Amino acid sequence: MLTPILIFTLAALLFGVLLALAAIKFRVEGNPVVDKIDAILPQTQCGQCGYPGCKPYARAIASGEADINQCPPGGEQGVIALADLLGCEPKPLNAELAAESSDVPMVALINEETCIGCTKCIQACPVDAIVGAAKQKHTVLEEYCTGCKLCLPPVCPVEDCIVMEEVQATAALWKWSEPEQVSEPMRRTG
Amino acid sequence: MFKKRLSKSPLFARKKKLYGGVNLPGFKSLSNTTRIETLPISPQLVMPLKQHIGEPAKPVVEVGERVLKGQVIAETSGYISAPVHASSSGIVAAIEARPIPHAATIKEPCIVIHTDGKDEWHPAIQPVPKPLKLPAAEIRQRISDAGVVGLGGAVFPSAVKLKPTREIETLIINGVECEPYITCDDVLMRYEADAIIQGALLLARIIKPHEIVVAIEDNKPEAYQSLVNAVERFEQAGVTAVSIINVTQVPTIFPAGGEKQLIKVITGKEVPSGSLPYEVGIVCLNVGTTAAIHDAIYYGRPLVSRIMTVTGDAVGSPGNYRVLLGTPIDFVLSQAGVTAHDDVAVIMGGPMMGVAVADQSVPVVKAANCLLIKSDRQIRQPVASMPCIRCGQCASACPMKLVPQQLYWHARSKSFDKLVTYHIDDCIECGCCQVVCPAKLPLVHYFRFAKSELKAREQERKKADISRLRSETRLLRLEKIKQEQEERKARRKANRKRAASRGDGVVSSATAKPEVSATQQQSPDLESVESPAASESDDQPRTMVR
Repeated sequence: MLTPILIFTLAALLFGVLLALAAIKFRVEGNPVVDKIDAILPQTQCGQCGYPGCKPYARAIASGEADINQCPPGGEQGVIALADLLGCEPKPLNAELAAESSDVPMVALINEETCIGCTKCIQACPVDAIVGAAKQKHTVLEEYCTGCKLCLPPVCPVEDCIVMEEVQATAALWKWSEPEQVSEPMRRTG
Repeated sequence: MFKKRLSKSPLFARKKKLYGGVNLPGFKSLSNTTRIETLPISPQLVMPLKQHIGEPAKPVVEVGERVLKGQVIAETSGYISAPVHASSSGIVAAIEARPIPHAATIKEPCIVIHTDGKDEWHPAIQPVPKPLKLPAAEIRQRISDAGVVGLGGAVFPSAVKLKPTREIETLIINGVECEPYITCDDVLMRYEADAIIQGALLLARIIKPHEIVVAIEDNKPEAYQSLVNAVERFEQAGVTAVSIINVTQVPTIFPAGGEKQLIKVITGKEVPSGSLPYEVGIVCLNVGTTAAIHDAIYYGRPLVSRIMTVTGDAVGSPGNYRVLLGTPIDFVLSQAGVTAHDDVAVIMGGPMMGVAVADQSVPVVKAANCLLIKSDRQIRQPVASMPCIRCGQCASACPMKLVPQQLYWHARSKSFDKLVTYHIDDCIECGCCQVVCPAKLPLVHYFRFAKSELKAREQERKKADISRLRSETRLLRLEKIKQEQEERKARRKANRKRAASRGDGVVSSATAKPEVSATQQQSPDLESVESPAASESDDQPRTMVR
């Protein structure tokens, strides 16, 4: 009677110690789910989701604090990818947020005539895509601009100095439209 | 040893046959009965900076400058790139974005030249006395400088193809013009066979192949005869190098002229997915490209014009024209006797693989082998299609051994990851599947849609990676600045405290002990960059001026 109890107690102790050691040895730094979610997010860093950037939003989703449909730049595809990853049902984009954002990719453009060189937009840009110095004209590095609109007034104190423009279509970026579904109704014969 | 014997036995011999493909009506006699005509110089030439695959060329001329025919107006800007030359003499009127040949109205940077009609060659362009004596590296450099790209339609810079890293067994000169209507290579072979053979010999000097195969479809007997005669002439003239040239006919089937398809038909080898032909010991060049290489070396002339078929039921005088690159298409149309410009659809390329251009003012580019002008606009209307019944005919017709029906279903449901596993990248958009489809589904359109969507996604992903990195770096930087500021604040606070305690001491002991100077407090930036030795001195009392 006593032997099995002893054996099992010892075994339980042994495995407990092993597991504890493994937990220390194979500890994963950070939350791997956060990185996976972050990889899906479009990295515009626009803050439309209510979090200051894509990584914080990813953390919020991982902790269950935020919903997966708060990212308009990611679009429906993004929501579906997140739902796939997290094993939940995809849902339509937050309508309020979706209404404010546009589908076409945009970039910021600084009017160099009216720029006063206040550096406020430089500080606001989440991806360092604006260059300039105090009392010097600023300009946007189009290649790196994510179109987040964080540099627009009221950040920029001058009206109409920074505007959003559509990205110019080039042959390399042009997309074929989705074919229209033109099908005749099936006809039964006989 | 054993392997070699195996491959020689008929049982294991590679099948030299195209997989799939379709037989199409040719409509070639519309345009191949007349000789090549030279089109007059258009008053305006529009030269796009990107007429090839790779990096766009960089302009080296300025607005208002006079340029001569054959002068470099934009130079290469990378390994895979090609220069652009002025097609005729004139004044550079503008360097700006203009519509380019495309299915949509898309503007890309172009150099606009107002021609003066003199067609004056640049003085540096001189014939080479003994071209076949030139060293291989120089021939290759000259081909690169002449802006020669694949004129069959792929416009891949030819000089890049001519630097293979392994031994080349076969050089294939592609005269298999398999698409209906197009005859520009056909007439070139008929009337300029010598240039093609001489071009092939030049190529042989660079890549040193064991044999050269000039492949021609068996529906072009005149072209075949012309090339055979040319080889005989060279043989009689004592050019021994032509002994490795083998002019051969291949069965007429579409798309036997595709690079990978022709390699299969000629050698029986298959180029693996994602590989280039040189990796299996083959280089394949179009006859037009070969002739352009001949011109570039023998006459020193860069690629400033090309032969283009202008055909279709709406053309008054269909035929083949030598057109200066940059000539606007509407100018070509009026010269070729197309009267009603508004009622025609213009397809650049053939009926199978070409695209309907959105704007008729676009220029002729290096890739433009054919203008197909259709009077009825029906081709733009979507054809009523029936549901896919999974008959599998598309899979038997696909020359790339893909499964178009499966690609169709996944493209339709936008399962782009699945499309990658079904190798949509290998689709050459030849349209065979669409021809045989009994449901008349717009399959190629689906594949083009899916491919461009995949490409866009890839680009978005790359941009997101860059943005993530930039954002993370910025946050790190901000964090560092904040930390430094806090450290500075803490140090100042500590200093003040110490000073205060010493201040108390002053009262009690009545010995003048100085505290931290006011000036030092006002310049925290200086303090933070002090060397460790200097910061140690903080501990020591400093003289104070109050």
